[in-house]
Amino acid sequence: MGGVVKRKCTEDLANLRSQKMQQLLLQKLLNYAPSKLNSSIITITNCIYTKESLEICSKLLEINPEAYTAWNYRKLAVEHYLQSETDPDSIKTILSEELRLVESALRRNFKSYGAWHHRKWVLSKGDLSLDHEFRLLDQFQKADSRNFNAWNYRRFVAAMKKVPDEEELKFTTDMINSNFSNYSAWHNRSILLSHLLGKRVQGSFPREEVLTEEYELVHQALFTDPDDQSGWFYHLWLLDQTVKPDAPVLVSSWPVQGSDVIASFNGNLNGCASSPFTNFHSDTGEFPLILYFNQVVEGVNSATVTVESIFDKNGDLVWRPLSTNYSRNAQAWVTYLKFPDIKDHSLKSYSVEVSLAHCQGIISSSGSHYIHPCQFAFTVSLQPLDLEYTERGPGVEMVVWTDDYFYTNETLLQDLSPTILSFHQQRIKEDHDATASMWPSKTIANEIALFRELLSEIDCKIGKLTLARLLMAHDTIMSYNKTPSAYNKVHSEEVLELLSDLMKLDPSHSRYYKDEHSLVLMQKVTSNRELLLKHCWHYRESTSSNIHVSICLRLNNLSLSRIGSIEILLSVQMLDLSHNELRSIEGLEAMQLLSCLNLSNNKLHSFTALEPLRLLKSLKVLDISYNEMGAHSIDTRRYLCSSPLSHTVGSDWNVDDCKTDGINMTNYWEAVLIFRGLNLTQLDIVGNAVTDEKFKLLLVKILPTLKWLDGDDVH
Amino acid sequence: MAEEEDISHPSIDPTFYDLIVVGTGLPESIIAAASSAAGKSVLHLDSNSFYGSHFSSLPLDDFASFLQSQRNVSRTESPSSIAGAVAVSGDCISVDLKLRRLYSDIEICSHASPEVLAPSRKFSLDLSGPRVLFCADSTVDLMLKSGASHHIEFKSVDASFVYSGDGRLSSVPDSRASIFKDRSLGLTEKNQLMRFFKLVQEHIGSAASFGDEKEKNGRISEEDLESPFVEFLKKQRLPQKIKSYRSHCPYLFVNQVSNLIILYAIAMADYDQDNLEDCKNLLKTKDGIESLALYHSSVGRFPNALGALIYPIYGQGEIPQAFCRCAAVKGALYVLRMPVTALLIDKGSRHYKGVRLASGQDLFSHQLIVDPSFIVPSPSVLPLPDLLQESSESSSLREVKVKVARGVCITRHSIKPDLSNLLVVFPPRSLYSEQVTSIRALQLDSNLAVCPSGLFVLYLSALCDDTNQGKKLLHAAMDALFTVSISENPENSAAPVQSEGIEGEVKPSLLWSAMYIQELATDSSEAINSAPMPDGNLNYMNLLDATVKMFHNMYPEEGFFVETMASENIEDDGGLSD
Repeated sequence: MGGVVKRKCTEDLANLRSQKMQQLLLQKLLNYAPSKLNSSIITITNCIYTKESLEICSKLLEINPEAYTAWNYRKLAVEHYLQSETDPDSIKTILSEELRLVESALRRNFKSYGAWHHRKWVLSKGDLSLDHEFRLLDQFQKADSRNFNAWNYRRFVAAMKKVPDEEELKFTTDMINSNFSNYSAWHNRSILLSHLLGKRVQGSFPREEVLTEEYELVHQALFTDPDDQSGWFYHLWLLDQTVKPDAPVLVSSWPVQGSDVIASFNGNLNGCASSPFTNFHSDTGEFPLILYFNQVVEGVNSATVTVESIFDKNGDLVWRPLSTNYSRNAQAWVTYLKFPDIKDHSLKSYSVEVSLAHCQGIISSSGSHYIHPCQFAFTVSLQPLDLEYTERGPGVEMVVWTDDYFYTNETLLQDLSPTILSFHQQRIKEDHDATASMWPSKTIANEIALFRELLSEIDCKIGKLTLARLLMAHDTIMSYNKTPSAYNKVHSEEVLELLSDLMKLDPSHSRYYKDEHSLVLMQKVTSNRELLLKHCWHYRESTSSNIHVSICLRLNNLSLSRIGSIEILLSVQMLDLSHNELRSIEGLEAMQLLSCLNLSNNKLHSFTALEPLRLLKSLKVLDISYNEMGAHSIDTRRYLCSSPLSHTVGSDWNVDDCKTDGINMTNYWEAVLIFRGLNLTQLDIVGNAVTDEKFKLLLVKILPTLKWLDGDDVH
Repeated sequence: MAEEEDISHPSIDPTFYDLIVVGTGLPESIIAAASSAAGKSVLHLDSNSFYGSHFSSLPLDDFASFLQSQRNVSRTESPSSIAGAVAVSGDCISVDLKLRRLYSDIEICSHASPEVLAPSRKFSLDLSGPRVLFCADSTVDLMLKSGASHHIEFKSVDASFVYSGDGRLSSVPDSRASIFKDRSLGLTEKNQLMRFFKLVQEHIGSAASFGDEKEKNGRISEEDLESPFVEFLKKQRLPQKIKSYRSHCPYLFVNQVSNLIILYAIAMADYDQDNLEDCKNLLKTKDGIESLALYHSSVGRFPNALGALIYPIYGQGEIPQAFCRCAAVKGALYVLRMPVTALLIDKGSRHYKGVRLASGQDLFSHQLIVDPSFIVPSPSVLPLPDLLQESSESSSLREVKVKVARGVCITRHSIKPDLSNLLVVFPPRSLYSEQVTSIRALQLDSNLAVCPSGLFVLYLSALCDDTNQGKKLLHAAMDALFTVSISENPENSAAPVQSEGIEGEVKPSLLWSAMYIQELATDSSEAINSAPMPDGNLNYMNLLDATVKMFHNMYPEEGFFVETMASENIEDDGGLSD
């Protein structure tokens, strides 16, 4: 029967392209192949790899290189023949035939993934001439210099042949010179340079000089044709290489260096004069210690961080990453120190010393180790237990977020101000001595000047975005290098203007610009004491005579879509983010002291967006009214998150709980997941699409501590 | 021509033709080829022993003697004496033809020992240099269409440069890739140039799809098209919003370089476009855009041509010769070394009838075309209304008394050590403040078979009003490029005085040079088809336009190279070789 097909093949060679023939060939091939393809490779005993079948297979692949079934069949056949073959020459013949077939398949369609993959597979099977591969690549890359399949293959072959990266780098230079609109070439360049820079052969590959040259090269492309995107991507990569901190650095902590924290648990604070920013009281008898790094790190534990105090033995401390995605790394880490049992009523201070040694344990996601040893100390004064207060219970008053409840008091604010930025000063002194390289800041300054010049010539969206990024990068670098008194986001106004401009010019990406705008605005607001204090208000509990002085940071009405600069806000306990445009509250999980949070009148549209709240153990009062919860029928994010039934989250999920009082909890599992770990006393959720009586009943059930729901006393 | 050689001329048969062409310059050769292609019987005569007349490429000795032979030709005399001797023979009046002096003030200097220049035959020097072809220009199209491209091979000119007043040679980028690569251009210059190229592309693109309202946004407004190009360039430089920014930024110089490149090295303007008093030919935006478009489409037209410009191997003289071959293939009869001595006029009608050859033979034809070196009898003598050319519309150059100064230099070293074939443009006022016109220099090396290996030939030209001005222009350019050995003693030339040249490199020393002034204007009182002289341009396009017009005047019914013969090999794209 093979003969019939074969004759047909020769007859119809002229119109091999026809769909019919392809179908026929495929069906014919499947007569040989399916039993083999469906069974495991090992059990192949009665060989059906006839000459005819292989020829049919070749024909099919030459017509349609995308027929991956045929490629698989060939792989099995080659394996089969190689098993019985020992003569190296015959092996070579078999493999060469495969290479020839791939080559002709590629000539038909050189974007065929199957064909390229087959070629890689064949090469890995035996000792074949790689020079021929380079010649072939030259042909294909001449025909289509941007074909990323060919570039991928080139990397594969170059690695196999151990071609020095420098040589391949030269090749990318040539390709870029002949046409610089070649994303693949720029991309390969970044890969090669990453290798070379990663090797860090001292002196032989000076990072700064190399990057400077790369900047010069990419400038030629950007200025010649700013409309071409490939160069901009490369520039972005370069910028990243320039400003990316090598080693993780501790940027802030709570409590801060030298602070005197007054802590009480189950008690009231008598020392009203003390700074509200360092007051803390806890129901659980625990006390958070937060470390905030400049990038995501892993490996924070009692071996890498030493905490000396009378509260706990260092070895007992458990450090947890503050991350919403259950990973083992995070930018912020927390451990809880246990209060000692206090019998006497006198105010007593205990000192705590924290030190991060120069050790290999803390590693950034890029693999850099923590190399800036650092230590800080603070004291904790324990507030004696106030039994009377305990009886009444904390949070006896409902928190009201209206403006009438907030007032400013200059003198009080003056008192608390010094603590805000103290840690920054501390860190700066320790980590950045005068020998710190000036190269990044010089380079960025130079880039800024260049792109200002370019933008004076033309109007260019990506140029504006790049300028904004450069200005931000410059500010970040300068904030490390300058003295604290000059610590100012000097360019924030310009960046904000650029981003607002971009929102108008490029509406399809306005959300991205909006997010960036929000982050810069947050930076600006928190950049210096005076600005930050403008947003600090006293909260007055209306009825209580025993005023629980609390400071609220009010960042409302700023049209923020994201929040940032969390490292400066670690001590905030009361935060008002209402009347913004928040779609996400990512980052909030680091604010472990937060007890009152107002997120009303934002654009949060799912409970999954509230993930960070799950990690806020101190949160008591939450207002998420007037958002868009439930307004969007399909929450696409839900598919990226773990379901309640997946083992990471749902291990303690009791199926029996799922149905109570006629409410199917699984309908609200996102909400349940967020709320059941919280100890809220007050929740406002009115004004969301999801809110109905059933849901409210559910909330009351899963939040046993709840006193007020949407302003109503639940008891 | 003036040499009266004592050769026994063979008699020519037949004696009657549709067209007799005298002189084998490029316009004459194209007409001969086009007419034979249209089925006319053509007799093509030349008094010289070589093809090309004023467009030929000659060995060194012949080049010199050709120019010097001109010294014997009398200067143009008063119109009354133009008419040659008139004699009556049979039913014809014969009017003797006189020659006109087209080259003057010839200066030839040799600074090298004779043996260096000894292989005279190995030189092939253009009389009408410097001249190149743009890959996409009409001449190339015509060669492909007519099949002339089969008889000729080209190489690309490696690079062009513009000389900016400070002694810097800025390269003229011809493509996106070369703008990218060229580190001698500033980043802002790159951006401006590329933007301009894009603007032109958009304009052309939208002009091609005319009528479509949507496409109009890419188009340059009519008002702008009619405005001076230099004004348009200025306008493009300054987006409205940054005028204030510019006021405190010294970008003036930067702007000038890209301006210079566009105006003088791409649009090839002759006169200072910024100075309206001296500028005799203010470039309109329309024309500037057209030049840019030509330049742009020239780059990459042929895969084996690197830049926009190409040059024929063995010299420019190959081009008329290639057309002569085309004509011969179609049956035209060629006779060289055959001077024409007189015109034959019908006694009664006073119509042109034929020519008398130096051999004494009389030949007759319907039409006649003559080399521009002939003084054509004035209408008073020869009132032939049907032969009257509408001279009013023929090139405006004829009304303006402008000449072109040409120079040829031979050196041992390239003016840019790493390049061999290159074009340099000295824009007006780049060399000295009274320099009113552009000077163009084309350097070629032995790989084009125009000189013995190891030597370079460099052609110079500039438009001028008079001899003094012309010579001053050429001397200034030569001084900028070369050292002239002071010693007249040939022995010293072995160790030439070296001095710093452009960009601090050592200037090559001059081995040999020639300089001459060529007339551009011809008599306005033309009564006979006189082919145009080589013009002052770098390419043949204006000459070709005039030629086509002349052909259509003669044969209004006939097509100019109708696509019957040639189309088979157009895709072959001629004989461009690397």
